[in-house]
Amino acid sequence: MVTCVNDAMFPETGKAVVTLLRRLGVDVEFPEGQTCCAQPMVNTGYLDEAVPVVRTFVSAFEGYDAVVTPSGSCAGSARHQHAIVARRSGDPGLAAAVAETSPKVYELSEFLVDVLGVEDVGASFPHTVAYHPTCHSLRMLGVGDRPTRLLKAVRGLRLVDLPQAEECCGFGGTFAVKNADTSVAMGSDKARHVRGTGAEVLVAGDNSCLMHVGGLLSRQRSGVRVMHLAEILASVSDNGDRK
Amino acid sequence: MTATFVGMPAFPVAARAALADTQLRANLAHATSTIRAKRLKVVAEVDDWEQLRLAGAAIKDNTLLHLDEHLLRLEESLTAAGATVHWARDAAEASAVVAAVAKSHGVDEVVKVKSMATAEIDLNEHLAAEGISAWETDLAELIVQLGDDLPSHILVPAIHRNRAEIREIFLEHMAAAGRPAPDDLSDEPAKLAEAARLHLREKFLRAKVGVSGANFAVADSGTLVVVESEGNGRMCLTLPEVLVSVVGIEKVVPTWSDLDVFLQLLPRSSTGERMNPYTSTWSGVEQGDGPQEVHVVLLDNGRTRALADEVGRQALRCIRCSACLNVCPVYERTGGHAYGSVYPGPIGAILNPLLKGVGTTAQTDSLPYASSLCGACFEACPVRIDIPSVLVDLRAQVVDAHRGGMPKPEALAMKAAALTFGSGARLGAAERASGLVGRLLGRAGRTLPGGRRMLGRLPGPGAAWSDARDLPQPPAESFRAWWKRTDGGRHE
Repeated sequence: MVTCVNDAMFPETGKAVVTLLRRLGVDVEFPEGQTCCAQPMVNTGYLDEAVPVVRTFVSAFEGYDAVVTPSGSCAGSARHQHAIVARRSGDPGLAAAVAETSPKVYELSEFLVDVLGVEDVGASFPHTVAYHPTCHSLRMLGVGDRPTRLLKAVRGLRLVDLPQAEECCGFGGTFAVKNADTSVAMGSDKARHVRGTGAEVLVAGDNSCLMHVGGLLSRQRSGVRVMHLAEILASVSDNGDRK
Repeated sequence: MTATFVGMPAFPVAARAALADTQLRANLAHATSTIRAKRLKVVAEVDDWEQLRLAGAAIKDNTLLHLDEHLLRLEESLTAAGATVHWARDAAEASAVVAAVAKSHGVDEVVKVKSMATAEIDLNEHLAAEGISAWETDLAELIVQLGDDLPSHILVPAIHRNRAEIREIFLEHMAAAGRPAPDDLSDEPAKLAEAARLHLREKFLRAKVGVSGANFAVADSGTLVVVESEGNGRMCLTLPEVLVSVVGIEKVVPTWSDLDVFLQLLPRSSTGERMNPYTSTWSGVEQGDGPQEVHVVLLDNGRTRALADEVGRQALRCIRCSACLNVCPVYERTGGHAYGSVYPGPIGAILNPLLKGVGTTAQTDSLPYASSLCGACFEACPVRIDIPSVLVDLRAQVVDAHRGGMPKPEALAMKAAALTFGSGARLGAAERASGLVGRLLGRAGRTLPGGRRMLGRLPGPGAAWSDARDLPQPPAESFRAWWKRTDGGRHE
């Protein structure tokens, strides 16, 4: 599951996942029927509107051994919210399909560490990096230190501590526009902490959060860039290239 | 006190004003980070903290399942112990009971223990309308009352004030309410506390009627419990001749062994202490000791409405510790006033709509959206209230309450998204359009290290995002298009 945000806005992250998983010997498919996990609708309160999207999700991903996604938030949505949407639909068939698909959904770092059993994915990225643990990966999925274990095994990468790392960046989906002022206040504090680390790159497992913090860092002309975890793990050359 | 939450604007509007107050931001950041650190330290000391949380949640859930039986048992025990039990459906009924008791003793003032239930029902305003002054005796509540202010935190209602501001309030307003502050009052905490102590002592010794809430009500012994830090509560509970306690019906616990769990959970979660300094318990009337006339008002005021909500009823487990406020990144930046209720923060964002009902006011309906759903509140809650899940459920209730009328732009956008996300082909078409926009923008914006082009301020609906944040320029080719063109990257 590449996710709608990555599909439309961050295709490089999706390509990085494909490169990385193939390098580790995984047979990767992109079911073209996939669209979105339905989280934007569910978290804004539009459950009826989420029903067709969850139907599309389960029909796109049925029959696979694992559904891997470069997003803690979308994985959390599939694992914890699809059952709510299925209940809303009143369709036992959809509920059964969700019960079948949801447990097979993995956030990328979970799949690498727990299913493939690797921490050193053979990557090289000689830069100073700060890691922001996104809320849903941390508190909804409980990925713990899997992402940092993966990062620490990357050649040349220097991982610096991000102060108050576990505090939310303020993205929050439609919260970012419905409560834009509060969202920006939270993100500004996150950006300030990032700048204080001296890191060249801020890395996270969710591009939506990075779009928010990265948007602030860009507006501030901070010179810090944001990158998805997958892109760093796929990188094998000094400049972040995958080939 | 004339300050009121009535008529407060919806959260985003109130938050904008609060966010601009730099002194408030500094006061809150300092106070919440201090309490957070204390809480983490004392919680880490308890090996079976998670077991305690589970026990707390289970006791509350089981009690709520048979709430009617436990309440009748409580009434029976209280009555046997010499207390008079009153049942109040709402704020007006509860306030009328308190006013009637005060009037039956011919008093024009009462002293109060810090109590969320009486704040919830605006008891002070109701009593003032009957010509009765209600004096707050908790230090922070006193600061709020003297400053004609509103509480902004459950445990620390004056958390938005620093000591310099408190000194000003004491110097300006104490005289009108009783013993004045000394002219040479400094902003040293000990001097401020001493001024409050002398001011309040006069009121404790004079008052004939005390008013309290209760943290817990033990059904099998008819015992009310008040947990506090200052001892002012105990003065109110023991010195007056008459005591009236307004108790939410969800405060009942079956037995003292159930209470045990909460007396471990509450102080660690709220003040970050192993044990609170004062725990007062009383069961009805004790001849010759303490108040000789004891009234208990059992308050519904929306609690049975919350109980009927399948997902939201877990909010009735709340023991008002404030841990969720102290860890909330939204609360830390906006403060409590923005929530427009005596219950602010994450718990307020669910409790207010649950008690008042969804679809009644725009202010209440804005509260479930006052969260980034980061989940820090659930992690900190000592009774495991899954606040993010309740918030999401309430958002669905808000949307459902407004279905049928003229759809808002947001509802139309969601319907359009549901259609687009209904098939991969339709999403692909939408992405080609966005890629076209990206190409049309060409070299607009700026290039970041790494090569990504960023767009600056956007017009129209994009402004909510782009007023403060750049947006990456849409890529010319979506992942989906790339996969198709290159056969999954095999033919780049």
